[in-house]
Order: sequence, then structure tokens, then C-alpha cells
Amino acid sequence: MLTVKVLGSGCPNCKKLEAETRKALDAQPGIAYELVKVTDYADIAAYGVVSTPALVMNEQVVSSGRIPSGDQIVSWALEQQAN
Amino acid sequence: MSFKSQRIALVNRIGTGNRQSFALLAVAALMWWAAYSSLQRVADALAYDLLGLGAETHLGSAVNFFFYDVPKILLLLSGMIFLITVLRTFVTPEQTRRWLGGQREGVGNVLASLLGIITPFCSCSAVPLFIGFVESGIPLGVTFSFLVTAPMVNEVALVLLFGMFGWKIAGLYMVSGMVLAILSGLIIGRLHMEQHVEPFVYQVKVKANAQAQLETRLTWTERFGEALQSTRDIVGKVWPYVVGGIAVGAAIHGYVPDDFMVDVMGKDAWWSVPAAVILGVPMYSNAAGVIPIVSVLLDKGATLGTVLAFMMAVVALSLPEMIILRRVLRPRLIATYIAVLTVGIIATGYLFNLVI
Repeated sequence: MLTVKVLGSGCPNCKKLEAETRKALDAQPGIAYELVKVTDYADIAAYGVVSTPALVMNEQVVSSGRIPSGDQIVSWALEQQAN
Repeated sequence: MSFKSQRIALVNRIGTGNRQSFALLAVAALMWWAAYSSLQRVADALAYDLLGLGAETHLGSAVNFFFYDVPKILLLLSGMIFLITVLRTFVTPEQTRRWLGGQREGVGNVLASLLGIITPFCSCSAVPLFIGFVESGIPLGVTFSFLVTAPMVNEVALVLLFGMFGWKIAGLYMVSGMVLAILSGLIIGRLHMEQHVEPFVYQVKVKANAQAQLETRLTWTERFGEALQSTRDIVGKVWPYVVGGIAVGAAIHGYVPDDFMVDVMGKDAWWSVPAAVILGVPMYSNAAGVIPIVSVLLDKGATLGTVLAFMMAVVALSLPEMIILRRVLRPRLIATYIAVLTVGIIATGYLFNLVI
């Protein structure tokens, strides 16, 4: 099971990142995932991230400060899956 | 198909398309240039031929001003924000933190102010950014130099200034904004106010292996895509203010007599600088609407120092940002921050009024 975390205080961009991530991963039947939202500032900072929204997969920060493309999100998920 | 080969196929798909993106960009640039170089002709045609207004009348000159300036500013904003965002995809806030880490005060403040201009960050990132900077040992004063420059010398303000006043005033604004940010950071650093930061900031520990491993190379297509996205976001947000601001500006341009402004914002009105700063604070979100108005005020005899102080207050002393920063700063530090900036902005205004 892939653990996906969306880091952000809840601004429009963070919501968009969550929606994009769900959309991209739901289209991949081979990927089972669980999505957690992290909104507490101290918790966000604990990932070493200084710009939100950020995306974390299996505790690894894969992107921050932007909304990556669906292909990009799936490619990171597959990378985690392959490891 | 295995996960690995599926991933390789995806990565290849992400990587292709750069050439098409460059071709599209070239076409867009040509169209932009064609539109930009026909601005005056279009404005004349609309105001004088289509609406039949006389070029010598108040209404004619106001309407012409409006039809010329609105598309000009919107074109400049779109073009510049696109270019700036492409450049910015090369500099992330995480990189900025690495560059600032280990810098001493002084050098650190100057560097922080320079990085504040180019590093992208939206106001909802102000808190994580602050925590991240403090957590990695960047001095408080250096962090403030960054936090002041980032909103004050921002792309929207600079593009508007350039479009309405030319590069000299845009440059002057940029340099004085940076100097102000460096000095106020140095002062806040000297005041040693570390105990007025919320204690949880110092207790943040970065999880092992969580430290951002963000060396993902972006393709040009992605960089352009991101630039297009933020151009749409920013222009979509500010265009009503630009149109409104230019409309008011056009009215002033056509109707308000010159000596009225000289009395209120001219050299002899000593109180105009602090008054402009006080007026500017609650106008935060209207930076895009204020600069077009201010451009006309300057034409009508307002002094440059007063006008600069006003613009700085509008963009830098933002109430919403102070409220966001309250999550990590205690009231005394916020009050000090506001006080130092206010005094600095007023001093900048007087200085320019004296010199120019």
C-alpha cells in the first residue's frame, strides 16, 4: 500500500494538488494507495519542505511548491511501487 | 507490463514534446509582439474613429488613455510573468534555504534580499518558509530581509512600474525596496527578538530521510506549462484591479486640474509622505489598481518620494500577511516588524523627495 501525503495549509493550490493526485492514481488500477492530508505547519516543516503544496510518497518528498502533472505523479508512484 | 517498464514508458512520454512547446512559444511571442506594436493605432481607432471623440477633448483623451493602457499593461503583465515564472522554475525555495544557510548577517541579508526577488512563493507558504528558514539556522534578521523583499519587489509591481513609468523608476523602486529590506532585516537581527518567535518553531525536527530530495529535472514543456498556469492565475486575479485603476487614472488624467495634486502630494506638503503610507496599508490587495492611479498622480505633479512610499506601503505592509505570520511570530515581533518597515518607508519617501 502506497502512502501518499499532501502537505499544505488548505489553500486552493493544496486542494488542487489533492484532486489531481486522486485523479491520476485512481486511473491506475495497479496502484493501491492511501491519501493523508497534512495541514499542521510543524508537521509540514518536519518534511524539510518550505513551499506548499508538497507531495510525499512513502515518506519521501517528491515535489514541493507546484502542482505536478498526472503523468509525473503516476511515475513517482510506480517508482515507489517498484522499490 | 511491469511497474518498471510502465514507468519508463511514462517518463519517456513526459520527456517528449519539448520541440512542439518551443514552436508554440515562438508563435505566441510573435502574436504578442504584433499586438503590442499596434496598441496606439488600435486605441486611436477605437476612441477617435469608432466612438467619434475628438482628440482634443477631455473625454477623448481620457478614453484614448484607457484603451491604450489597459491592453498594454495586460500584455506586459502576461509576457513578463510568463518569462519570470520560467526563470523561477530553476530556483526553488528549498534551494534558497540551502544558499542562505550558514551565511553570516550582513552578507546574508544582502543575499536574502536578492533571492527574495527571484524565489517564487505564495503567501500561503510564508509560514512553512519561515519555519524552514529558522529551522535550518538562518538568522532571524536574514529571514526578515527575505520576507520583506519577496512581496515588495514582486513581479506584478515591477511590471506595472515599468509599463507605466519606464525602467528608471522601476529600477529605483527595486533598489530602494532592497535597501529597505536589507536594513530592516539588519535592525531586527540586532534587536535579538528570538524569544518572540512561537516556541514550536524551534522544536521542529526534520524527519530522517524526509529532507526534500527534489532534484527532479523539469522538462521545458513542464516549465512552460507551469509558467502558463501562473500567468493565468496572476493575470486572472489582477486584471479587474488593472482595469479599475486605469479607469480612475484616465478620469484623473482627463479632468483633475494639475495644481490640485501639487497641493496634496507635492513638495510643500510635508505630511503627504506619512499620509500616503497610512493610506497605503489597507489597500494591500489592490497593488495592481493603485499603481496606474499613482502614475497619473505623478504626471499631475505629485512628488516621486511620496508616490514611492505609497506603493511600498501598499505592497509590503500587508495586513493579511501579518495575520498569517501571527502563527509563528508573537505580537511584539510583528509590531516591531511593522514599525521598522513603516519608519523605513517614510524615510525612503522623504529621502527621495529631498534628492529629486
